Amino acid sequence: MSGAVRKDYVRPIDFKHGCVDMTHGSGGRAMAQLIEELFLRAFDNDYLRQGNDGALLPPPPAAAGRMVLATDAHVVSPLFFPGGDIGCLSVHGTINDVAVMGARPLWLAASFILEEGFPLADLQRIVESMAAAARDAGVPVVTGDTKVVERGKGDGIFITTTGFGWLTAGIDWRGDRAEEGDVILLSGGIGEHGMAILGQRENLAFDAPIVSDTAALHELVAAMQASGAAIRCLRDPTRGGLATTLNEIARQSHVGMLLDEAAIPLQPAVAAACEFLGLDPLYVANEGKLVAICAAADADCLLAAMRAHPLGAQAARIGSVHADPQHFVQMQTRFGGKRMVDWLNGEQLPRIC
Amino acid sequence: MKYIDEFRDGVLAKNLAASIAAAVMPGRSYNLMEFCGGHTHAISRYGLNDYLPDNVRMIHGPGCPVCVLPIGRIDHAIALAVERGVILCSYGDPLRVPASGGASLLKSKARGGDVRMVYSAAAALDIARAHPQREVVFFAIGFETTTPPTAVIIKQAQAAGLKNFSVLCNHVLTPAAINHILASPEVREYGTVPLDGFVGPAHVSTIIGSRPYEPFAAGFHKPVVIAGFEPLDVMQAILMLVRQVNDGRAEVENEFFRAVTRDGNRKAQALVAEVFEVRESFEWRGLGEVPDSALRIRPAYATFDAERRYGLEYVPVPDNRACECGVILRGIKRPEDCKLFGTACTPENPLGACMVSSEGACAAHYTYGRYKSTDMKTQGTAA
Repeated sequence: MSGAVRKDYVRPIDFKHGCVDMTHGSGGRAMAQLIEELFLRAFDNDYLRQGNDGALLPPPPAAAGRMVLATDAHVVSPLFFPGGDIGCLSVHGTINDVAVMGARPLWLAASFILEEGFPLADLQRIVESMAAAARDAGVPVVTGDTKVVERGKGDGIFITTTGFGWLTAGIDWRGDRAEEGDVILLSGGIGEHGMAILGQRENLAFDAPIVSDTAALHELVAAMQASGAAIRCLRDPTRGGLATTLNEIARQSHVGMLLDEAAIPLQPAVAAACEFLGLDPLYVANEGKLVAICAAADADCLLAAMRAHPLGAQAARIGSVHADPQHFVQMQTRFGGKRMVDWLNGEQLPRIC
Repeated sequence: MKYIDEFRDGVLAKNLAASIAAAVMPGRSYNLMEFCGGHTHAISRYGLNDYLPDNVRMIHGPGCPVCVLPIGRIDHAIALAVERGVILCSYGDPLRVPASGGASLLKSKARGGDVRMVYSAAAALDIARAHPQREVVFFAIGFETTTPPTAVIIKQAQAAGLKNFSVLCNHVLTPAAINHILASPEVREYGTVPLDGFVGPAHVSTIIGSRPYEPFAAGFHKPVVIAGFEPLDVMQAILMLVRQVNDGRAEVENEFFRAVTRDGNRKAQALVAEVFEVRESFEWRGLGEVPDSALRIRPAYATFDAERRYGLEYVPVPDNRACECGVILRGIKRPEDCKLFGTACTPENPLGACMVSSEGACAAHYTYGRYKSTDMKTQGTAA
């Protein structure tokens, strides 16, 4: 016999040249190997290493308090964009959904739908970005799932993440709690994620590159909570932008709002790109910003707490809550007139003239 | 933003507002039509009406290319995408326009039609080059501003000998539409509809120049001030119009002289004349058939004319009978005078032309100004 058979030898996955194929989702050896060499290695933590169908988690940290569960599917195109990729985005998005409820995010679950033929190099890059984001945030991915669909039946990769958090007793931030006289605060410039994606998607090479603001906001939220301000409601204005989020809160709380356009932080590059494409930045997506509604008396204290955190350095007081039976969001324009900031109708489309 | 913020300055706006307030004569009304959707958008988005005295009323004209596109023309585009299997390339804003039977280009896309949004005419040509096995059609719409780029790609397609590319031409002409409004009986018969002057088109005028407005300024004795699309441009133009009305003048003045000359862009005009010819008549949504108001592709470029290539017959499709778009576009009624406004007809479910695009008179009022409707004064008549 020539050549020794190495016991239990499995040829490592070729992440450089390989592609996802149907066997990676078939439940067989190839799938086990992908989990072992990619997902387990990247996300490595005790819960995941248990290797069971679900993660066994410790009991809630206190008897009083509530659990918060949030889930978010990510289907972004392009998968890689200035400032991030679908991997870190899928971690940040779900952490933020848990965080703006006032809860401390504890664990994440992730499920991947991969398209046959998707380059393993891209998958590796995405998973490692996800793992880094989870590590930086201190919120581990404790369980997951992978499925593969035939070529043409997916857009490369879809990632759904679910986040579990713990809400300390006494915190009750909800969209229906905004009251007349309350103040609206915003943590920073709007439209950065949406314009970064659009610039990449449409191959519009902006001279000043616009970088996505994708970030986990739970530490900023914790700092805001620690300020002791009477927060009524927090939201992260993602799809549909600031305008949509404020309209949602106005409707839930049966109030009107008046914004001050000049006070809304907006990077010049984002403003210029929106101007160029005929888009309104108020409706463009954010992935690392939050809106806070708080009692007027506490606004300064809350704003100071936000500004003291790097993710809230540009925070500003952008408007106030008013009684309005029609629940309109209005805006004092920089120009001096007043206008409505209405719900978005359909998708925001560029204007031709 | 340099060169933009200067034209949105709130302090200058207040000064201009004071000048307008000082210029208007009490007891006299100033009914001014801004023809272009771009002006309508600026007026709404910056809340410009808040700066105007009560006796200055802005009437939103028909200058929104998406709004005036009749249903039958959208039906053509949908038929090409769905029945003929072409790659249909379109600018963004026609995609949502409702067509016959509740269809739209976006909905056709969801049902399998290959509809692609492009940011420029040139992008459509690139798609044709990239897919030599597929037929590619560019859905060309718009006023004189968007016409030269369409002419360019038709010439480029011919030079490259592209066999799979054509253009569904729906380009329309501004002066013909203004003329049509001024010649309508309601406007002509003294006192029925007050129309004291026009804020003339911005981008359109960079192409055609200010000269084409001269005949109807003189003929109908209506002042025209060509204005840029920034809010201060519009306010300055309003002040100039108020002064013309006060003086009894009816001249073509040019506020947008940083971009518009009397003769316009002659190179672009020559290009357009080479590729296109004027249609005898064209249906405008809301205005009906308007003579000499649109362009078709000349026979020399027939192979790039999608209407000829696919043998498309135009079938007019009537709007909802209660729809008041026609009279709203001519300034006879306001959006909120229409029974359908904000009830059956909303931006989510537009029934009429004016609700279709954000630049339409009704959509702009719905989106930016309806909070004022409750205390809005009823329409005044000419003094």
